[in-house]
Amino acid sequence: MKIDELLTKPSEWVRSDSPNSKIVMTSRVRLARNLRHVPFPGWAKKPDRQRALDLMRPVVEALPEMASCFSDSLDNLAALDKQMLVERHLISREHAAKNAGSGIVINDKETICVMINEEDHLRMQAIKSGLQLKSVFKTIDKVDTELEEQLDFAFSPRLGYLTACPTNVGTGMRASAMVHLPAMVLSDQINQVVQAVNKLGLAVRGLYGEGTEALGNFFQVSNQTTLGEREADVIERLNKVILQIIEHEENARCTLLEKKPRLVYDQVGRSYGILSQAHTISSKESLNLLSLMRMGVDLELLPAATRTIVDELFIAVQPAHVQRIAERKLTAEERDNSRAELIRQRLHDVPRPSHPPAADATELV
Amino acid sequence: MTCDICKKNEATVHLTQIIDSKMLKIDLCEACSKSKGLQEANGFSLADLQVGLGAAEEITGNAGAKCSVCGFTQADFKKTGRLGCSACWETFEQGLSGLLKAMHKSDRHVGKVPSKAAHTLVITERIKQLAGDLEQAIQSEKYENAAQLRDQIRELESQLKVTPVKST
Repeated sequence: MKIDELLTKPSEWVRSDSPNSKIVMTSRVRLARNLRHVPFPGWAKKPDRQRALDLMRPVVEALPEMASCFSDSLDNLAALDKQMLVERHLISREHAAKNAGSGIVINDKETICVMINEEDHLRMQAIKSGLQLKSVFKTIDKVDTELEEQLDFAFSPRLGYLTACPTNVGTGMRASAMVHLPAMVLSDQINQVVQAVNKLGLAVRGLYGEGTEALGNFFQVSNQTTLGEREADVIERLNKVILQIIEHEENARCTLLEKKPRLVYDQVGRSYGILSQAHTISSKESLNLLSLMRMGVDLELLPAATRTIVDELFIAVQPAHVQRIAERKLTAEERDNSRAELIRQRLHDVPRPSHPPAADATELV
Repeated sequence: MTCDICKKNEATVHLTQIIDSKMLKIDLCEACSKSKGLQEANGFSLADLQVGLGAAEEITGNAGAKCSVCGFTQADFKKTGRLGCSACWETFEQGLSGLLKAMHKSDRHVGKVPSKAAHTLVITERIKQLAGDLEQAIQSEKYENAAQLRDQIRELESQLKVTPVKST
């Protein structure tokens, strides 16, 4: 499979028919694994790293899950393609910065992705839309079991899977859900939630993981620790917390509609207005407005079919994706122009958001 | 009080986070707290921050130790917050244990065990048993028996051996 085929279609996990997909965008689980007694990628010298890649890549490609896949060494990928993979949440920013000696194998549906020689020899992850942590874990656990037949993983009975960084040792597992919480942000409840979740030993991060901004009201909630707790228990705990977050967000939406309907209709209406009429727009503004439109769909102010358009735009408005459509590198200003054009096109057939019912209209005055 | 990150400026941001009833504390200056994104509303994790600063300093008792497989030293960990290879976990085991306890729920893995490792565990256990038998055999001067046991142990040990990839 060629990179073009992979990058020109929307990701499989941008689907809206999954459980709790209104508020949970995606569920993902990643496992970190290393080869025994082979220097970790960050410490290995070039030939060691290359040898490790040459050993692991064919094994990963041979997985039944990877029957139809994209696989390459990172030095063969253009900078723009790598950035697109980051924007699609398939590889980390750190991995995108790597070249010869590191690789990537992604299945055609973009639901399983294996980074080779990132911080650890193998970082494998599975992704699904909506809240499906258990099923995602099952998928990646199977991949791990298949790989372990062929590769000699570094494992200690006392410390578990040995990783480059002490924060990952043990299960090597990071399970996370990407949640969309516009109402909690609008009603200033988000800090309380973040603090409560932190107290439970879970981490809350921005759209692109560690150290990134919470653009578009998206937050990544994940487990913090990897040692001393079984994988299934971690998943169960995270799942419970996410279900609670969903409930809080839903309550916040109801309360907003009840107490401040004008604010809700105004925010959704403005987002639609700007996005459908703008002629130049930054990616940050786009993401934040798309987020409010998405909430508009959830609250039935916009037709349900709009959701897929909005969800695809979350990825398509990002810098590398915009440049790919233009088929050349663009300046920041040109990008903002192309982005606005793309959004206008996609929203062309989306009708205006509905107005408050007549009965409520008097209250609004 | 100076900043834990730059070690230069006066710390004005003091953070405390409780994870599983363990308290993590960190003191930062204005500039470092900004650069680490701590002033944004999207939350943060002290455990992440501690790797690379407090973490590195907590590796103690292994001064001068050098990994026999990859040549990694304690000073290298201080720089990167990452280890050199899987064998480093043994080399620096003592110094890492405090750090692991502060970072995780416990210092003992209770999750998945790869089937190969499960096999190894069985063999290691069997060797321990045979070694005990061997000692008894020698004490009771059953030398023929002892020779057999010794051969069995050698056989099992050879099954455990793996050839490490040499560092170039």
